[in-house]
Formats: sequence, C-alpha cells, structure tokens
Amino acid sequence: MMNVIWLSLLVIGIAVGIATDNMDGITRGILKGAEDGVAVCLGLISILVFWLGLMKIAEQAGLVQLLAKALKPIARFLYPSVPINHPAMGSILANMSANILGLGNAATPLGLKAMQELQTLNPHPDRASDAMCTLLAINTASLTIIPATVIGWRMQYGSDNPTEIVGATILATFLGTTVAVLLDRTFRAIDRKRRRE
Amino acid sequence: MMEWINTLSEWALPIVVASILVIGHFRKVPVYETFVEGAKEGFPTAIKIIPHLVAMMVAVSVFRESGALDMLLRLLRPVFEVLSIPVEIIPMALLRPISGSGSSAVMFDIFQTYGPDSLLGRIASVLQGSSDTTLYVLTVYFGSVGIRNARYAVKVGLLSDLAAAIFSVLVVYWVFDL
Repeated sequence: MMNVIWLSLLVIGIAVGIATDNMDGITRGILKGAEDGVAVCLGLISILVFWLGLMKIAEQAGLVQLLAKALKPIARFLYPSVPINHPAMGSILANMSANILGLGNAATPLGLKAMQELQTLNPHPDRASDAMCTLLAINTASLTIIPATVIGWRMQYGSDNPTEIVGATILATFLGTTVAVLLDRTFRAIDRKRRRE
Repeated sequence: MMEWINTLSEWALPIVVASILVIGHFRKVPVYETFVEGAKEGFPTAIKIIPHLVAMMVAVSVFRESGALDMLLRLLRPVFEVLSIPVEIIPMALLRPISGSGSSAVMFDIFQTYGPDSLLGRIASVLQGSSDTTLYVLTVYFGSVGIRNARYAVKVGLLSDLAAAIFSVLVVYWVFDL
C-alpha cells in the first residue's frame, strides 16, 4: 500500500508536470520535498532527546507502570495482544496521555518509543503488528482535548471567541477516534481471514 | 471556559515535567544520569527517520508542485459535495492527511476570507483540531522501526480522515445549532 501510494504520487506528479509543461514544478518539488524532510527530522531531534530522557526518569520512578495500571481497562480493550506489564504498554499509554493533555511535542517521541517496544514483540520485524496498527490508527485520529495550536491561530486571526470550538473539536475527535478503532478492528478481522485462507 | 482551558494548556507542561522530576528524585532515581541515559536514544531515532520522511515528502511535494494535486481536487469535488461537505472545505479535507502545512494554509485562507467565527471558519478549526497528517505520522512511526509492510494501516488512516471531515461538518452544525 505504501509502495502504491509513493509510486503513484511521484509518477502521476511527474506525468502531469510533463503534460502541462511544468518541468520547473517537478524540480522544485523534488528539492523542496527533500529539504523539508530533512528539516522536519532535524527539528524532531530536540524534542526526541528531551522527552526520551524525561520518559526514562518516569520509567525508573515507576510512574509509567502506575499509568498502565490506572488505565488498565482501556489498555486491555485497545491492545489485547500486548501484555499489561510490558514496557510497550507504558509507552503506549504515555503517548495517549500526552495527546489528551495537548502536549503535542511529547506525543511523537513517546509514540516512537512505543513503536520500538512493540517491535520487540513483533514476530515479523518488517511487517506491522496488530498493536502497531492500532497505535497508528489512534495517533492519526489525533486524540486531543485541547487543540492549543488551532486556538492560537484563531486568536491571531481576530476571533471573538477563540475557544468556542473546543467542545465541538472534542466531540469530533471522539467520534473520529471511535471510527478509527472500529475500522482498525474490521480490517484486522478481514486481514486475518484472508491470511488463514 | 476560555479561562480554564488557557490555564490547563499553560500548566500541563510544567506540571508534568516537575512531577516526573520530583517523584523520580524521591523514589531514589539518579535523575540527571537517568535523563542522559534515556536522551541518548533521541538522536539515532531522529536520524533513522530521515530516509523515510525525505522519500514521502519528495513524493507529496512533486505531486503538489506539478499541479497534479489541483487536478485531483477538481476530480474529487463531486464526491465530497455528495457527502455534504461545503465546497470551500474540500481542499482542506483532501490536504489534511497528506500535508500539515498545506491544510493549515487553506484554513488561514478561510479565516482570512470568511473570518474564524464564520460557519466555514468553525468547520475548518474543528477539522484541523480533530485530525492529523496521517501520511506523516505513518511514515515517521513505521520508519523509526523499519516497518515496510504497513498492512491495512494506510486504509484505516485515510478512511478515518474522511470520517473526521464528515464529523467536523456535522458536529459544527449540531453544536452551533444551525
């Protein structure tokens, strides 16, 4: 799927560029894309270093395990394939809490840590496991309680009530995340059935 | 509402950081050494993502700069109209999963033209807040551990984005009682 998307974006992009005599656009797209990709990764270094450091303290202090215990019912339901005491569970829940608290910066490092720990449970290292797909589904559905960035932008554009969209955003996020989890379950079942046949 | 939300978002970060440090210290964790130990993993993780992200961003950027994206937007317009998503929101809904800066640019344009407190401004705000750049999250998360076969994750992500767009419209209509 990744292969198909990547190939189609590039081939269709180049084809359209050639057809509309927009060679400049193709060149600019390649250079700009590569530059952006590296820039984003370099930007990630600072928050990754900071949050992975802090996370280690939280782990050693037993705080992550405490979080896992407190959120056990949710964790069990969402990630039935991950043992509750496994470090992956702690990171998954830390990632989820960071999202909910609106600590956008912390969510990515904690999510990446969760991926690394889930990888230790994965029997096929180059294929995504069930739990990884669920983690992705929840993170792409963006589980936020306070959309801080959007509020900031609304303020900048002179909104009379920048936070009026919070309630609606929470509701939309909740519905969106529910659908994401349901879709994840459905496709997992289809995938399993196909694999068995 | 405004006040406690502002307070909460301002206090969340300092409280989380301070609690982890203080509790760590009282539980006899050598905080400085432990921090450095954990932080070491940050650099290699970021570096490992570079090839994945460059690959994806080049593809997205070529697709956009060549004019292919505009063509796709025109092609998909009727589909979104059937789903009762306002025409002005369509480019944003389509850009949301592939480009974070692209979709916020459309949102700024909507804010500028119609105002953030208009119906369209509210829908754009809710859409931006209730979804994420799926393709980016996918690339970064799977790239960091070298997953090549994403199985059904792409489908789930993109379909949820479509659901998020529809929900954003419906919820704004419902909450603001229109």
